[in-house]
Amino acid sequence: MVKTLAKRFVLVLSALAHRLAILLLALCFTIPAVAQAVDAAKSKVTLALATEPPTLNSAVATDTIASFVLAHLMEGLLVYGADGELAPGVAERWQLDAGGASFWLRDSARWSDGKPVTAHDFVFAWRHALKPSTASQYAFIFYPIKNAEAVNSGKLPLTDLGVTAVSDYELRVEFGQPCPYFLSLAAFMTFLPMREDVVDHWGGRYAADSDKLVVNGAYVLDKWVHGAHLRLRKNQHYWQAESVKINEIDMPYITADPSGQFNLFRDQQIAIAPLDTGLLNEAVDRGFDIEYFHTGSLFFLEFNFREGRITANRSFRKAVQRLIDPDLLVNKIIGLPGIKPAYSLFPVTVKGLKGSFREEYPVMRVDPSIASARKYLKQAKEELGLAVWPPLVLLAGDSPRALQEAEYYQYLFKKGLGLELRIDQQVFKQRLEKMRRGDFDMVSAAWGPDYDDIMTFADLFASWNDNNRGRYDNPLYDRWVRLAQGSNDARTRFNAMAQIQRIVVEDVPILPTYENGALYVQNPRLKGVRRSIFGGDPIFRYAWIEQ
Amino acid sequence: MLNFIARRLLSGLITIWFIATATFFAMHAVPGDPLTQEKAMSPAVRMQLEARYGLDKPLFEQYRLFMSNMIHGDFGISFTQENRHVNDIIREHFPISATLGIAAVLIALVGGVAAGSVAAYCRNRWPDRLVMIAVIASISVPGFVIAGLAQLVIVAMNNAADKTLLPVAGWGSVNQIWVPALVLGLGTMAYLSRIMRASMLEVLSADYNIAAKAKGVHGWRLFWHHQLRNAVLPVVTELGPTIAAITTGGFVVELIFAIPGLGRYFVQAVQQLDYTVIMGTTVFYGAFLVLVVVLVDISYGLIDPRIRLHRGRS
Repeated sequence: MVKTLAKRFVLVLSALAHRLAILLLALCFTIPAVAQAVDAAKSKVTLALATEPPTLNSAVATDTIASFVLAHLMEGLLVYGADGELAPGVAERWQLDAGGASFWLRDSARWSDGKPVTAHDFVFAWRHALKPSTASQYAFIFYPIKNAEAVNSGKLPLTDLGVTAVSDYELRVEFGQPCPYFLSLAAFMTFLPMREDVVDHWGGRYAADSDKLVVNGAYVLDKWVHGAHLRLRKNQHYWQAESVKINEIDMPYITADPSGQFNLFRDQQIAIAPLDTGLLNEAVDRGFDIEYFHTGSLFFLEFNFREGRITANRSFRKAVQRLIDPDLLVNKIIGLPGIKPAYSLFPVTVKGLKGSFREEYPVMRVDPSIASARKYLKQAKEELGLAVWPPLVLLAGDSPRALQEAEYYQYLFKKGLGLELRIDQQVFKQRLEKMRRGDFDMVSAAWGPDYDDIMTFADLFASWNDNNRGRYDNPLYDRWVRLAQGSNDARTRFNAMAQIQRIVVEDVPILPTYENGALYVQNPRLKGVRRSIFGGDPIFRYAWIEQ
Repeated sequence: MLNFIARRLLSGLITIWFIATATFFAMHAVPGDPLTQEKAMSPAVRMQLEARYGLDKPLFEQYRLFMSNMIHGDFGISFTQENRHVNDIIREHFPISATLGIAAVLIALVGGVAAGSVAAYCRNRWPDRLVMIAVIASISVPGFVIAGLAQLVIVAMNNAADKTLLPVAGWGSVNQIWVPALVLGLGTMAYLSRIMRASMLEVLSADYNIAAKAKGVHGWRLFWHHQLRNAVLPVVTELGPTIAAITTGGFVVELIFAIPGLGRYFVQAVQQLDYTVIMGTTVFYGAFLVLVVVLVDISYGLIDPRIRLHRGRS
């Protein structure tokens, strides 16, 4: 045993030494690559990535980086166009009815190996994502499709899924429940097509390296050195390749350090860099143009409704609602341009009947007031029959902004209500685990929309939703969600949403605090980059470099 | 000698076993698991994933499986990078950390020995004071500050020259090694120069040094043969743990300079509770550390003429 171990050890060591020697040699003979932020002659953009995509398998990918890369490599039935609105992708036309949807695919759509993209590729991909053994975390997004949930939990065979390839170029989807927003789902990452032969060939290694996948989008994955470098090159087989202006998207830097990225930007090595509070001032001092976009996500304080929690008392929650002024929080405490105070469960970016939901259905505003907060607190004390008020626990994340926010609440609780608020600051996974277990009184949480429909926010606090970590359980709230889910009529749905918006203000299951915005600097010669909430961000598919 | 090496290797194996066991149970004691995600998972999906990764088995069964796989050199598949083997991650990224680390150690060693010797030769005069001020500054200022400063200096230089004299970050060419290596090695260089200074001062006042001078040895020959060789011994002792610390401790530098080393994976794995990567990197680093310490013990015997190991005596 010891002998084989020793042998193995020596083998591993010698292999390492060998690699090291090759690497050193290779390094010595490499001519330093002079990257440039934008290269008009080659029509090339250089970027830094915060992290490497954990996977490029669209059936299981969940994160924003994979979503960004896949948005350039792959194309779904529909895409988000240059203006951010839904546009034809592989499907050249479609028809949405109460019972389902039909898509007619263009015969010019090709995979990067030249084979045509067919309806069968979509049927395979969707079945694959719903297969229980795939364990896709986004499987739920298919649930409006007939039998999707039963297929996903293994109760029905994959072939019972309500998706059929009528012909090579016609796809029919049957709904199990009304889904007027299905077109925006069709543009979502998990709905992208996959080639059965390629997935079968690579098995668990599918999309693990640049040579282990085929793509059908504007770009091909030309290079992928794990942890170090990704490079996308224009896909010559793409059906509208002539409209793609940027030939190459090079990402030779992977670092989550914003100042590292900002220094690369200043040195003109990368074309876009995100800004945080510290860097914002520096960027302003240096005269860079500061760009901004609304990420569509909502930040809020979530209350715990589990048995025995003080936060389950409505009067107490109303006291907190009167105490915290989102306007003050955003303008005095966070102080970053682009971040907006939140007053509703639905951010201003959520669409309504024609325009913005919030314009069509204005939210009822509650004026913050210490006096009113104290009145509600007194009422809560009487209702709960508490002689001594125990300290409350606020679960918070470990980012500087999360701490800043938590300390502000702590100050307000002490000063305004005379209550002790303990901050339980936890790293990401531990915070999520404590949220799941219900180990908190209040938690600073956030939600980003999955698809372009109001329901992505509305069903969040339905009693059956696993993401409802405070276990809010209000039959009235549930009823409005069910009503909207069961209807194809836009007005009925949005009226129900208005009721939900009202419940959130009156019953305070959560207290919205702010709507998030992202600040960044961008090379002025790079034009037409689309920043978006849906369909991957940022999008270079429609961008160009000015000479 | 062989006996000595065998004994050191055996105690090393026990150390590695202990590290692996302690890490395994400590890791599982932390709330949450690798499957914990921002979006809640349906119980069906969670069960599927638990079964795939063997998390549905009792803890001791998981431990037994892990140990048996480890003995066969298999650390399993990463949880966060779903289709990468931990062995591949180590194989691909450790050489990068090692290259950076070796460059940093070389810079630290040459710089530290030179600065320490100069300081000792010029004891209590201005070069000594200058070195000692630099030493204190390098030891006290944390790496991420120095790394950030270094980047700012490069950006200013490049902007002034209007071309890329030195790359700000990234990996792949020789020019991209030196600055991060210097930043990484700076603290060690300072530490080594202090040891070197103290040790050199001792040598300078030693009898054999005076005897050598009396015999007429002088200049480089005196420095090289009589002073340096004796004075450098404490530095060599420190070198073992230092090499291990530098090659494994470059996380911050790797992050800021966008270097795809193993340190980044190690820290990210802990944050993400990526069980397999945590175990793989910890055991690998542990083994590496043990190996380096054993090698230093052996090299000690080779460098110092007074240390000889004989059979039956130690």
